[in-house]
Amino acid sequence: MMFQPPSFSVLQEHLNAPTAADIERVLRSPHLEAADLAALLSPAADAFLSAMARRSAALTSQRFGRVTQLYAPLYLSNLCVNRCSYCGFAADNRISRRVLTIDEAIAEAAILQERGFNHILLVSGEAPKALGVDYLEALALRLRDRFAAISIEVQPLETDEYARLFAAGITGVAIYQETYDRTTYQQVHLAGKKCDFDFRLATPARAAAGGMREVGIGVLLGLADWRAEGLALGLHLAWLRRQFWRTALTVSFPRLRPAAGDFQPLVAVTERDLAHLIFALRIFDPDVGVVLSTREEPRFRDGMIGLGPTRYSAGSCTVPGGYAHPELDGEQFAVGDHRSLQEVCAAIRQKGYDPVRKDWDSGFQMTDGG
Amino acid sequence: MKIICNGQTKETRDGISLHDFIRESGLNPGTVVAECDGVIIRREDYETCQLKENSMVELIRFVGGG
Amino acid sequence: MLTIAGHTFRSRLFLGTGKFSSAEILKQAIEAAGSEMITVALRRVNLDDPADDIMRVLDRTRYVFLPNTSGARDAREAIRLARLARAAGSGDWLKLEVTPDPRTLLPDPVETLKATEELVKEGFKVLPYINADPILALRLQDVGAAAVMPLGAPIGTNRGLLTRFQIEIIIEQARVPVVVDAGLGAPSHAAEAMEIGADAVLVNTAISVAGDPVRMARAFALAVEAGREAFEAGLGASRREAVASSPLTGLDFIQR
Repeated sequence: MMFQPPSFSVLQEHLNAPTAADIERVLRSPHLEAADLAALLSPAADAFLSAMARRSAALTSQRFGRVTQLYAPLYLSNLCVNRCSYCGFAADNRISRRVLTIDEAIAEAAILQERGFNHILLVSGEAPKALGVDYLEALALRLRDRFAAISIEVQPLETDEYARLFAAGITGVAIYQETYDRTTYQQVHLAGKKCDFDFRLATPARAAAGGMREVGIGVLLGLADWRAEGLALGLHLAWLRRQFWRTALTVSFPRLRPAAGDFQPLVAVTERDLAHLIFALRIFDPDVGVVLSTREEPRFRDGMIGLGPTRYSAGSCTVPGGYAHPELDGEQFAVGDHRSLQEVCAAIRQKGYDPVRKDWDSGFQMTDGG
Repeated sequence: MKIICNGQTKETRDGISLHDFIRESGLNPGTVVAECDGVIIRREDYETCQLKENSMVELIRFVGGG
Repeated sequence: MLTIAGHTFRSRLFLGTGKFSSAEILKQAIEAAGSEMITVALRRVNLDDPADDIMRVLDRTRYVFLPNTSGARDAREAIRLARLARAAGSGDWLKLEVTPDPRTLLPDPVETLKATEELVKEGFKVLPYINADPILALRLQDVGAAAVMPLGAPIGTNRGLLTRFQIEIIIEQARVPVVVDAGLGAPSHAAEAMEIGADAVLVNTAISVAGDPVRMARAFALAVEAGREAFEAGLGASRREAVASSPLTGLDFIQR
């Protein structure tokens, strides 16, 4: 049994039905159903954004405490076999391409470690011949003693491959559907393995089945109706919770940023819409981790501290090798927040929150089945 | 011959079938489960199951319970 | 409608058949309760007084019989009782009870998990009776239990939903049906369990030892129906704070 999202026209019917009275009722309910999430994401809820922010903030501090986790992405490669019209790494974009050697990747990691990061996210385009499971396994084995948590955001893998990487010290997998609307999905994924909507959709479940402690799902905002995307993602989240109760789940809503290829967003998604999505998902699922990356500007990121997000990236560079060699080009997208880890930590402290760089130590983990 | 049924020693005729033993104990073979020397006997085998000297028979059935 | 292991039930009130004063009262109580799932126990025949068998009193075509393993103190004994029950022709259904402490009759989680694993392999539809432990419920679901039966309060105490908070977590998380069993002493307790989203309740003592068991069976049936209806209608939560639509107070950092 696999998860299948309803079509966007069905989702939109549910999103257009709720009234102000429904929103008031939902904001007082202790447990929310999918229909309640539809109410929170409906146009009728736009007038309740402040009330939603308050409830979201209360649930976030109740469940996670007054802390914000921090991580940095480590770009391993910008090689990619896919042609995704929105992505700077798309195979037909003329950018300088490189795959870091394991030693180069270790050097990048060492810089992040020196800067004070304990959680890194290994990122790559999809080019399994150049960067496959063997590479990730070898790298993880060398990094595992230096970092408290290592996550990956790479091509979709099979369950046994996730199990192998977990044994090597990788504890989390981020795999975003980009859009839950099949039609839009086909429209923006022009070539490559990523064209297979269903294979990608089933990937979070494979990662969880492979034993990952944490699985992140997400939507790339700017491709289709954000309200329907949020509802579809909420349904996926609830389905994963029921199937994989041992797996911690996170969500992320990256907004399209300027990138090589000059793709223009198909729909406009404002900061207000992004905040709305985050509040709604937090109220729907008080336990879910919410990631807010450096795609957003400092003003917005600082304003959102404590209101729903639980994890921020900081000091990010989206060029493979870019930490050691800032002069390199070939980025995935232009970041919106250029502050260093220290500056972001200071902003978090100023809001009365504790920046946390270590939430788990893989040294605790039994990888031999014990 | 003697057999032991539900912990009590019972005197019965040689080579009696399980089916006949249950009937002669005033019970309905259709509603009783029997275990003979630790093995559950299927109901269709009651007629062919012959008891032996010192056979340990357990007769069990459903009663009210929550 | 409630579905357990592929079987559909109209009634969400399961009835235990212990401690009724006569077979006739029991039959009338089952009618009044409208129950379709009836629990029974296995016992050694008393050779000196072979009373009527309960299976002969009840119409086996109308109900699903759910034999329990009451009396079992560990997994081995429970498995033996389960096999005997199946040999007796009750079908594959089983209410797994492993209660090593004769004083409280509280279920042993370790032995219950072990026995469930084995019995599922043997093809039983296992409904384990458990303390209201959410992780245990999920572990049992993972090894193939058809439903879980958390207790509201220890057997026979009539104390109601003492474990409400834990049962709420089980209901929220479990993929299998949740049947609240034991401790429900009054129809209001059963209604409460149904209101928080339990899929069914199992009641025995509160009905069988009531002044008029038949009327009490009807009272429980009404309560279960009322509680379910309230759950499906969507209970209004208690008011925490006023919810007003308002301008973007506190959100002025949002510019676009």
